[in-house]
Amino acid sequence: MAGEDAVRLRPPRNAVDRRAVGWWRAQCLLGTAAPVAVLAVLGALIGPARTWLLTAAAVLAVAGLACTAFFPAWWYRVHRWEVTDEAVYVRTGALWQEWRIAPMSRIQTVDTVRGPLEQLFGLATVTVTTASSKGALRAEGLDHELAAELAERLTALTRATPGDAT
Amino acid sequence: MSGGPEGEWRRLDPRTLLVTAAVFCGIAVGAGVPVAAGLSGGRPLGQAVAWVLAGAALLVGGGTTADWVRCRRTRYRIGPDRVELHTGLLLLKRRTLSRDRIRSVDLTANPLQRLPGLVKVRIGTGESTGGGESTLALELVTRAEGERLRRELLTRPADAADPAHDGTLAALDPRWIRYAPVSFVAPALGGAAAGAVMQVSEWFGAQAEVIDWIGDRFASVSLPWTIVGLVLLATLAGAVGALGLWIELWWNFRLEREPGGTLRVRRGLFTARSVTLEERRLRGVERVEPLGVRLFGAARLDAVATGLTEDDDEKHTDLKALLPATPRAVADRVAAEVLREPEPPTSAPLAAHPRAARTRRLRWALAAVLLPAAVLAALGALLTPVLLYVAAGWAVVLAPPAALLARDAYRSLGHTVSGGYLVTRSGTVRRATVALQRSGIIGWTVKQSYFQRRAGILTVTATTAAGEGAYDVLDAGESQGLALADRAVPGLLAPFLERVETPEARSTER
Repeated sequence: MAGEDAVRLRPPRNAVDRRAVGWWRAQCLLGTAAPVAVLAVLGALIGPARTWLLTAAAVLAVAGLACTAFFPAWWYRVHRWEVTDEAVYVRTGALWQEWRIAPMSRIQTVDTVRGPLEQLFGLATVTVTTASSKGALRAEGLDHELAAELAERLTALTRATPGDAT
Repeated sequence: MSGGPEGEWRRLDPRTLLVTAAVFCGIAVGAGVPVAAGLSGGRPLGQAVAWVLAGAALLVGGGTTADWVRCRRTRYRIGPDRVELHTGLLLLKRRTLSRDRIRSVDLTANPLQRLPGLVKVRIGTGESTGGGESTLALELVTRAEGERLRRELLTRPADAADPAHDGTLAALDPRWIRYAPVSFVAPALGGAAAGAVMQVSEWFGAQAEVIDWIGDRFASVSLPWTIVGLVLLATLAGAVGALGLWIELWWNFRLEREPGGTLRVRRGLFTARSVTLEERRLRGVERVEPLGVRLFGAARLDAVATGLTEDDDEKHTDLKALLPATPRAVADRVAAEVLREPEPPTSAPLAAHPRAARTRRLRWALAAVLLPAAVLAALGALLTPVLLYVAAGWAVVLAPPAALLARDAYRSLGHTVSGGYLVTRSGTVRRATVALQRSGIIGWTVKQSYFQRRAGILTVTATTAAGEGAYDVLDAGESQGLALADRAVPGLLAPFLERVETPEARSTER
């Protein structure tokens, strides 16, 4: 912009836990393995369509492995989070990047969720919701103790910040 | 009110039973006539009629008795702090709403209910969660009782009257009906009418005859003209239907502000609707200009308010309607009055978006036309050359309108901060200008795809508790969009922004 200073969003201060890369890889692998296994079994059982089914399985496996190798590392570089006294700030995505900001005074709930895979990796996801149906913030892949601490801190902060949340 | 501090228990109006009986009589007639016709084939007419009459009596009597029990077992009372509703015979339901959470009291009456002067009352808390559980419905009470409930529940002693803004904000101008046939309702109704003719004729096994009959009517003209004629006929039917629907929906329309800060929309020819909206729930307005209506310089007005979205009732889509399609100047004037602003924020001059947004739209439009054309051409090369001509015709005919729409979509893009409002506009087929109160913004989402990143643009979304939940500023310049968000809600975004040291920025600094 001529006349105005050009501005951009700076990355949030904190990276997610290093173990998140492993967790994402595991998710990608499982997501690939399930359809590939189904196709392979079908290919072994159905003689006439064997070539086609096994080819599809192979293509899918290669694509899945490529994603597993490529995306988690990228996600690790992009996914970042930050909590200040006034707001929560999260960056996610890879091809489609997203920055989300919610002021402390408008936060309604703070949840921590741990799926089975996340438990295996010692991770947790913190979800912060506001009164908007489209305004939820998710910070994935945090160390689970850090996540619990963060949720507690957020709850305390939101209680201390006045506001009617809508 | 008498009967102790909690108010006295009240019952539904006994004439509700008349309405119920009438509804069941209607059902009985509707079902009875074909059944009697069917039965009279095998046995004497008198016997068939007797059977049907017995069945009808059972239906009407049973239904009315059930409703009588419901009426007897339903009672409500308005206390100083809360509203209670007790209902149910076996499963007793006791519902309580806290009075200070009540945000809307809506009255509706269909023609049958209007005859004895009864209305259905819906008392809502305006919370979007919990669906129907946040609403109490009273079926049915007298109109006077409904009005009394509405006044009593929505008047807050603290609110003072504001003579400068109270009163009628808009009343129906019959000339507005000229915008009804150009709305999207008309072609939809036309298509539905054609479909209905086919469907009904199929029920009677006469579809082939109907098609033959139509063929005979157009026997002297060629096929293309037959199609043109049929399309014109359907369009005409659709336009007539749209006029009728408009009259039913908007007759007696009146938008008022009542003392105490509530907006009230009353409308409807046969089914009378009264929708009340507390101004505390209002977060802005949306001026909507669908393509057909926009070509005639008209616009419609919707409210952006909390607690209107997830209503369980079938009419939830028109709860937010504040004004039918009217000349744009009228819509802007009403928008200003609804928001209590001297100037309408919806007509504020908007900042344009970068050229990259236009390139993007043109690219999408051409891709939408050329991809199917390419598929057709590929199939044509493999199978039959006819498809090649179809592909060429497709591309030649559809590319210009697509490009025009893309240009228009770019020109629709705009944003600004006007007084207390964030204003954003987008869309071509449905162009919408949203004026959102800056204090109603409860967060920001900034999105940027890989292609947007390369083009130096991004989409800024203001999240809010009202309306759609989020409103986009599509494809704004990187710096432009972020500066807008920073200006709209000072302090929220600022800690996360950094200055970019570009050669241009440096040169303007020096």
